[in-house]
Amino acid sequence: MIDLLAGFNGRLFLTVTLNGLTLAALYFIVASGFSLIFGLMRVVNMAHGSLYLLGGYVGYEVSVLSGSWLLALVAGAGAAALAGALLQKGIFGWMQGQDLRQTLAAIGVSIVLADLMLAQWGGTAYQLDLPAIFRSFVPLPVVNRYPMPRLMLIGLAVLIGIGLWAMLNRTRLGLLIRAGVDDRRMLEALGVDVPKVFLGVFAIGAGLAGLAGVIGGSVLSISPGEDARYLLSSLIVVIVGGMGSLSGAAIGALLVALAETYGLAYTPTYGVVYTFVIMVAVLAVRPQGLMGRPA
Amino acid sequence: MRSGTLFRALVLLALLVFPFVANDFWVQQIGGRTLGLGTVALSLVFLAAHGGMLSLGQMALAGVAGYAVAYFTAPVAGVGLLLPLPAALAIALGLATFTGLLIGLIAVRTSGIYTLMLTLAIAMGFYYLALQNYALFNGFTGFTQVDAPDIAGVSFAEPRAFYWLCIGAALGCYGLVTYLATTPFGLAMQAARDNPRRLSALGYHVASLRVAAFGVAGLIAGIGGVLGLWLNGSISPGSIALVPTIDVLMAAVLGGLGHPVGAYVGALLFVIVQNFAIDFIDRERFNTLIGLIFLGVVLFSPDGVIGLVRHVRALFAPRSEKSGPAIDAVAGPDPANDKT
Repeated sequence: MIDLLAGFNGRLFLTVTLNGLTLAALYFIVASGFSLIFGLMRVVNMAHGSLYLLGGYVGYEVSVLSGSWLLALVAGAGAAALAGALLQKGIFGWMQGQDLRQTLAAIGVSIVLADLMLAQWGGTAYQLDLPAIFRSFVPLPVVNRYPMPRLMLIGLAVLIGIGLWAMLNRTRLGLLIRAGVDDRRMLEALGVDVPKVFLGVFAIGAGLAGLAGVIGGSVLSISPGEDARYLLSSLIVVIVGGMGSLSGAAIGALLVALAETYGLAYTPTYGVVYTFVIMVAVLAVRPQGLMGRPA
Repeated sequence: MRSGTLFRALVLLALLVFPFVANDFWVQQIGGRTLGLGTVALSLVFLAAHGGMLSLGQMALAGVAGYAVAYFTAPVAGVGLLLPLPAALAIALGLATFTGLLIGLIAVRTSGIYTLMLTLAIAMGFYYLALQNYALFNGFTGFTQVDAPDIAGVSFAEPRAFYWLCIGAALGCYGLVTYLATTPFGLAMQAARDNPRRLSALGYHVASLRVAAFGVAGLIAGIGGVLGLWLNGSISPGSIALVPTIDVLMAAVLGGLGHPVGAYVGALLFVIVQNFAIDFIDRERFNTLIGLIFLGVVLFSPDGVIGLVRHVRALFAPRSEKSGPAIDAVAGPDPANDKT
């Protein structure tokens, strides 16, 4: 017992915890968009990872051209939002209600997008330059110092979470979205232009993926294959947290990211297993996810 | 029905004559690959057509069997344990079946697109495990020197011998799937697809039926995985990554999810596009081409090529034939039927 305590490295533990929280923040931003789209439209947007990658690449190009990180953030999110809106308008919109077909179409889109992005940006990893004020270390007890961008990411995720919550609960669009999640046909019958709401939600969800792509590309890096990684993390986060629930996405992101980081730090060769243990455990007890409502 | 039998006999004849007229490349890289990929896709179509469940875990199950055969017949860098081939095969197929049952146990708690997402998540989890784990999977490199076996003086590394092996395995699996569809188990499975609540009211245990179906699909995917392993001579995490996982789904959807034969038709189409993409388009852009073809099939012919053929035949037939389950049958039972 004493050996165990002596072997316990408090500094390592705290650093790993902070890294886990950073990853959770990124997962939350990606998965909240994924969950939002699914909650309203029942579309499993398998192209969500591609939109993440697209946002990151566009953000990188803009930051190189303009030198402004904020502009890159806006451009990355905007490009992904536009791509998302085009997908909804051009493909998913005219097979509404056939969720399996939409999912398959999204898989086709993600394959084409991934390949085109590979053609355009190649296989190398890119990193966006952060503004100088963020490129610093924050003094912290125990861990000594921790990179500022990572702390900033956590703050940003909290802000986005609050923003989304306010949008869903305090605005007219949020009202329409919540009504649509509960009863889409009733909303339509009330004279609301549901396809327009869908378009807006798809753009917001895709924009969140693009935003996360720019942030992920600044704090970590961006390269082919990341699309699969973030698609997978979004899938697990929403399976654990519950589809279409904002708080579910937050709890799911925390659980999945912490399990992944602790697993990788302490038992490197079986790191991913914990994530799946969590997923299976949640499914066994609550098939609809921790915060999900029964279908 | 007579024309159907004649057609089947012709296809079989073509399959048997093919290795005598085609060159090595066609026999091995097109024929062998189609039958290997098609068998993995068959396991997906089996679950989809007869069980109404869409699983993306089939490539992972193929990987389980492939890794097991490699582990027990071609140890690398201290990873692995040399066993006689029959024992290795038995363990590999047993493991694939067992893993299929396990995935089934988890997957039956979901339905429709949830099953798709869950099985994809499991498959990707297995991929990351194989990538990170060196004790069992030899990490990133995997097993690189796995030769097709010599049995009784016949080397299955030789294209034609390998083709016969593939034909045997594929016909066996295809036969198993069509046979199962007529057994009480297969009929109950189809009933569970169409209306689970009525079936459970009749005293059937729907969940166990579905788990058993996943086990059978695991066995079939495992056979396909072993064929793939011997064709490539190696297995690594790249063989079970997202792209090959999606390739299986693409082959199945291209052919048509409604009928077992769709798996092989789709696999043939997929392998041909894969090999000859270089002639229409830059070799590197193969994925764009196959992605667009896939998207086209999903948008315009949800029943795949089989559905297209059926549709054209129905145009010329004196009276309309009953068509198989459409793609949406896979999305789970129609809630409208479920209020009984």
